[in-house]
Amino acid sequence: MSIELQVFVQQVLIGLTIGAYLALIALGYTMVYGIIELINFAHGDLFAFGFFISLTLFTMINPPKPLDTVGLLVILPLIFVITMLLTGGLNVLIDRVAYRPLRNAPRLAPLLTAVGVSFMLEALYAIWQGPTQINYPRYFPEVNILRDVFHVDIFILFTTKDVFLFAVTIPLVIGLTLFIDRTKTGKAMRACAQDREAAAMMGINVNRIIATTFFVGGALAGGAGVVWGLYINSGRFLMGFEAGLMAFTSAVLGGIGNVRGAVVGAFVIGMLKSMSDGYIGGEWTRVVIFGILILLLVFRPSGILGSTQQLEKV
Amino acid sequence: MSAKRLLITLSILLIAALVVVPAVAQDSQTIKVYSSWPLTGGTQAVGESMLKAAQLAVEHYIADHDGKGPAGFTVELVPLDDASPTTGAWDGAIEAENAQRCVNDTDCMVYFGTYNSGAAKVSMVITNAAGMAQISPANSYAGLTRDCGVENGCAEGEPGIYRPSGEVTYFRTNATDDLQGPAAASWAFCSGYKKVYILDDTQAYGKGIADTFEAQAKKIGLEVVGHSSVESTDIDFRALLNDVRASGADVVYGGFVLDSGGPQVIQQMDSQGLFESGVKFIGPDGLASESLIEQAGGADVVNGNVLLTFPGYLPSALTTDSGKRFYTDYVKEYSEEPDPYATYAYNSMSVILYSIETAAKKDRTAILEAMRGLKDYEGIVGKFSFDENGDSTLAFIYGYAINDGKIGDAVAISPTMQDTDCKAAS
Repeated sequence: MSIELQVFVQQVLIGLTIGAYLALIALGYTMVYGIIELINFAHGDLFAFGFFISLTLFTMINPPKPLDTVGLLVILPLIFVITMLLTGGLNVLIDRVAYRPLRNAPRLAPLLTAVGVSFMLEALYAIWQGPTQINYPRYFPEVNILRDVFHVDIFILFTTKDVFLFAVTIPLVIGLTLFIDRTKTGKAMRACAQDREAAAMMGINVNRIIATTFFVGGALAGGAGVVWGLYINSGRFLMGFEAGLMAFTSAVLGGIGNVRGAVVGAFVIGMLKSMSDGYIGGEWTRVVIFGILILLLVFRPSGILGSTQQLEKV
Repeated sequence: MSAKRLLITLSILLIAALVVVPAVAQDSQTIKVYSSWPLTGGTQAVGESMLKAAQLAVEHYIADHDGKGPAGFTVELVPLDDASPTTGAWDGAIEAENAQRCVNDTDCMVYFGTYNSGAAKVSMVITNAAGMAQISPANSYAGLTRDCGVENGCAEGEPGIYRPSGEVTYFRTNATDDLQGPAAASWAFCSGYKKVYILDDTQAYGKGIADTFEAQAKKIGLEVVGHSSVESTDIDFRALLNDVRASGADVVYGGFVLDSGGPQVIQQMDSQGLFESGVKFIGPDGLASESLIEQAGGADVVNGNVLLTFPGYLPSALTTDSGKRFYTDYVKEYSEEPDPYATYAYNSMSVILYSIETAAKKDRTAILEAMRGLKDYEGIVGKFSFDENGDSTLAFIYGYAINDGKIGDAVAISPTMQDTDCKAAS
């Protein structure tokens, strides 16, 4: 492989990894929007919460760095589960306190409380963990697979951490899709998304279904936070803002309210960022991403796969 | 950690309020100095250290003058924060409000700030129009005080646009980027690096210093293989660093401050294997803080891989007697290493006190004129005067390496060192 091609393959790989963690966050945006038509601006900050709470848990347990077999098989899954439960719980709490009382208020009201919750969380993180860049120790064992396992002298960097990222995100995304498509709760969620009143008349406890949606969306963002910490090894109280912005854009690009669309959108954004950073220059990345978003929305207002709003009208 | 810092800040404020204003008997005997730089956010550690150093300068002055302030006045340092709580970085609106507060307070005689050059562009205009002296402990963007040329990354009309009254009312005691950026390029060249990839954060300071580095690199034959700017809020620089890796650069120059992406870039350079393959990172004074090491992922990441330039000595390496006293007393009083810029906060605060002493009256114009006329002043960095632009005549740059988790190994560097066998006059 020529060096140019190797560089390109590396950029594609990086684009895919960005898409993978963005997808987990974008799903939460799109699910919540699908069901109550609210853009949960605090959602990106749940991702940051997952990062901070898992870091706290790791620090408390203090396993060896990098993790040994016990660590990988017991402590890591345990921290994943606890973090996801806590982040999901936090999202339910946010909904209960800031959105549910405003369920029938004009749509701008919960939008503003969402922005407020986002600022509040960011300020709390800054007090809790300090405003500086936080180092997330390298708990996950890192091996350069192509070079050190297969002994190929190659430019492409593909490590065990990349494998870990995909191994966590892909099953979660597929699991969520199956959950929504196949389970009774998933069916109820779809029913609520289509028509809340009708769903209530069919005996669905709408508030509980909405809470479930918030819980699942929050848990995914929390999971993304752990993955991010173990994968990138650093973060900051404001990290949720940037991640949230990109994930929200992914959700819109793919078709807001559409679960598969969010995943597609995330990978498109990941690829755009990677290519623009690599070949055009970092200062143009946002221009490229939002330029393409505008173009796409002009010609296809419902996003790549179409939003649920459009489907209803059809 | 942060709660503790908050507590420390609050206690400093309290002490400042209690110690410096014992009774506030007569307002006419109290001179206020408003300081303005980030006390929260990403550069909190730097800001707090500068504040402590300024406070120490006041204490030392009083101790040296039989318990009296300059010309019998009680000097009260009022610390303001110009960081936005939502972004954690300096904010133009807050900075403007701070400067306005000082101008509106008839007891405020000198405006002491800022840390970020971009913030100074905002406040300079306000203090200049009010005919008030402003002195910075850290601004290093050259265009604030003199026309440094569009080709060096400065804007047209500078520095006139910051001086509505046409007079020089702004001073600084540290050296500027138009020396520091080129000196870093010469240093890289002299250290044997061949190809440099330049990154910056698109801000006045970061892009400014990166542009001067680039101009110098091209001039002396250090190949520039790329120059890219990043969003300061970005969190994932891997795609960009892959381009750095592909470019074959053996050194990366980063025009950043602590809260605009510098630590993340260093940390991700490590995880992308750049340090492993021998690439080094050179950063400017905006990153020259002990807190960089922890933020970038610890000593293992930065040791031997990160080089920094700073317009002066590190506090621990000061050569003057007053400098040594500053360092020892600071460590004794606060049980921590002073930040590199704490030196200049102390130095500038001393200039303020000296100017009040020389003016010997509570009058903005008199104090301004005293400061403008500063000549052969014995500061902790050495003897200096202010030139006609308000810049210090003492402008030297040092290069530092990080080893054993500490910033050290000072070498004198200069933009002309490649002409003299890579030796800079110190």
